[in-house]
Amino acid sequence: MQQLTILPILLPLLAGAAMIPLEERRARLRAGLGIGSAVLQLAVAVAIALQAHGSGGPGMVTVYRLGDWPASFGIVLVADRLAALLLVLTALLGLAALVFSLARWQRMGVHFHALFQFQLMGLNGAFLTGDLFNLFVFFEVLLAASYGLALHGSGVARVKAGLHYIAINLAASLLFLIGVSMIYGVAGTLNMADLAERIAAVPAENRSILEAGAAILGMAFLVKAGMWPVGFWLAPTYSVVSPPAAAIFSMMSKVGIYAVLRLWLLLFGAEAGASAGFGSTWLLAGGIVTIGFGAVSVLATQDLSRLAGASVLISSGTLLAAVGAGQVTVTGGALFYLASSALAIGALFLLIELIERGRDLGADVLAVTLEAFGDGDDDDGELDDEVGVAVPATMAVLGLCFLCCALLLAGLPPLSGFIAKFAMLTGILNPAGLGRGPVEVSPAGWGLLAALVLSGFATVLAMTRAGIRSLWATAGRSVPRVGLIEIAPVLLLLLCCATMTAAAGPLMRYMQAAAAELHAPQGYLTGVIGRAP
Amino acid sequence: MELILALAIGVLGGSGVWLLMRPRTFQVIIGLSLLSYAVNLFIFSMGRFPVGRPPVLEPGTAGDPAVYADPLPQALVLTAIVIGFATTALFLVVMMAARGLTGGDHVDGRARDR
Repeated sequence: MQQLTILPILLPLLAGAAMIPLEERRARLRAGLGIGSAVLQLAVAVAIALQAHGSGGPGMVTVYRLGDWPASFGIVLVADRLAALLLVLTALLGLAALVFSLARWQRMGVHFHALFQFQLMGLNGAFLTGDLFNLFVFFEVLLAASYGLALHGSGVARVKAGLHYIAINLAASLLFLIGVSMIYGVAGTLNMADLAERIAAVPAENRSILEAGAAILGMAFLVKAGMWPVGFWLAPTYSVVSPPAAAIFSMMSKVGIYAVLRLWLLLFGAEAGASAGFGSTWLLAGGIVTIGFGAVSVLATQDLSRLAGASVLISSGTLLAAVGAGQVTVTGGALFYLASSALAIGALFLLIELIERGRDLGADVLAVTLEAFGDGDDDDGELDDEVGVAVPATMAVLGLCFLCCALLLAGLPPLSGFIAKFAMLTGILNPAGLGRGPVEVSPAGWGLLAALVLSGFATVLAMTRAGIRSLWATAGRSVPRVGLIEIAPVLLLLLCCATMTAAAGPLMRYMQAAAAELHAPQGYLTGVIGRAP
Repeated sequence: MELILALAIGVLGGSGVWLLMRPRTFQVIIGLSLLSYAVNLFIFSMGRFPVGRPPVLEPGTAGDPAVYADPLPQALVLTAIVIGFATTALFLVVMMAARGLTGGDHVDGRARDR
C-alpha cells in the first residue's frame, strides 16, 4: 500500500480547499468535513504506522516517488517509524482540537476550519518529505496557516503576540533558506538521503561551509522548537492564542524537534566522516539550558496559560538535550516522551480554557495579593474539609484532568510521563544497555539527569500551586459551565496517555526500533536511493 | 561580477538586519523585505554565475551540462520569492490590524515608558 503515503497530505488539502468556497453559514458542513478529514487522517496514520512497524524487525521504509522520478532527481515522500509516529500524534491532536472548537471557538472568526486543515497538511507534509526544499515549503504552509490560527479570535493581545510571532518566524524562514542554499552549493543535492551519502566525501576545504550551512539551518529549526536564546517568543504567543490553535501549536514546536532529530542523525551520524557528531555539544547544552529556563518560567508564572507555554519549553529542551546525548536508548525514551508530552500539553491547553472560564475579573490581582501577604495555606486541614465535600461534579472532572496533566508533565508515576522519563534516565545511566558493560556516565549525562529531575520537581511545584489557586480557592470564581463536547477531547487525549501507560511495552519497542532506525539509517538510505549504499 | 553581487547581498542584508531591530512596524517590514532580497540573491549565487548560459534544455545541445546554468537554484529562488511575497502581504495586514487596535505603530503596541 504505497499510495497511503500521500494521503496525509492530500486529505487535508482537499478538505481545506473544499471549505473555502462554502459560505460562512454552512458551518455544520464545514465542521463535518473537517472532522471527517481528521478521522480519516488518523486512520491513515495508524495504517502507515502499522505498515512501518511490520512484525517488529527492521522496519519497512515506504518511499513514495512523486512523478516516479529516481530519488536524487525527483521529490520523494518517506514514511518510516518516526514519521508515522508523528503523523498519528498530529491526527490525534488535530481531532481533539477540532472537536473542542465545535462548542465555541469555530465561530470566533472566519475560515477557522480551512486554516486548520492547511495547518494539518503542513505538519503532515513536513514529517513525510524526503528533501530539504520541500521541508521548507511545508514549513511555510504550516506557518502561513498558523499565522491565521494565531490571530483567530482577534483582540489586542493576539494581534500583538501575532505580530512578534510572524516577524520572528519570517526571519527564521530566511535563515532556513540561507542554510538550504549553502548546503546545496557545497553538496549539490537537497535530497536528505543523497546528502547523507555525499557528506563523507565533501572535500576538506568545503566542509566548513557545509557545517556552517547546517548550523544556520539548525537555527531555523531551533527557533521553531523554542530553544533558549531564540525561544522567547514561544510562551507569550502560545498563551494568548485560542485554545484549539494552541493545542495544535504544541505539535508545531515538535516539528522543529523532528527536523533536528531526522537531519542531524542522518547527516552527522557515525558515517559522516570528519563531520560525525557535529554540533552535539551545542544541542545537549542548549537543551539543558532550555530545560532550566523553562523550569524557572514555570515557577515564575502566575498565569495558567503561561504555565502551559513554559512547559512546552521544558518539553522542547528535554527532547533537544536527549537528542544531543546521541545514544539509541535515550533517543528511544525521548520519542516516548515526545508522544506523551505532546498529548499532555495539548490536553492542558484545552483544559486551561475551561478552568479559566470560571475565573472572575480581578482574581489575578487577588492571587498576587495572596502571594504577597502569605495568606492561605496555613490552615490545610480546614481547607480539605471545606472544599473536599463541596466540589461539584464539573470541578471534580476538571480537577482530575488537571491532576493527570500535572502527573504527565512532571513525569510522576503512574502515567506515561514517568515511563518516558524513566526510559531516558535508564538510557543515560546505562550507555551500553541495561546490565551490560561498565557504567560510565559522562558529565553531560549527569547534567541532563539533574536537569530532567529538577525540571520535573519545578513542574510539580508550579502545577500544584496553580491547581490550588485555580481549582480549590473559592474566592472570586464561579463554577464554569462546561459542555460534554468540550471535555470529551481532553478526556480523549488523557485516555491516549493512559493507553500509552498500559501498552508501554509494545509502544516502547516501537520507539526503540524507531530510534535504532534513526541512529543507523541504512534502511532509510537504501529505501530512498533504491540501492544498497 | 562576484564582487558586485557580494556587495549587493551584504548591503541589503546589513540594512535588513538593522531595520529589523527597529521599534516601528514599518521599519520591521521593510527590513524583512530587504533581508529576503538578500537571501534570494544568495540562493541564486549558490548556483555559481555562468553568464549567458540558459537554464533550460535547447534542442541539439542536450547532454552537455557545461552549456547550461544550474536550474535548481533559480527554481528555488522563484519559490522563495512567491512564498516571501505572500507572507509579507500577510504581515502587512497584521501590522495594519495592530495599528488599528493599539493606535500606534510600535512593535510592542506602545513605546516603553522611560
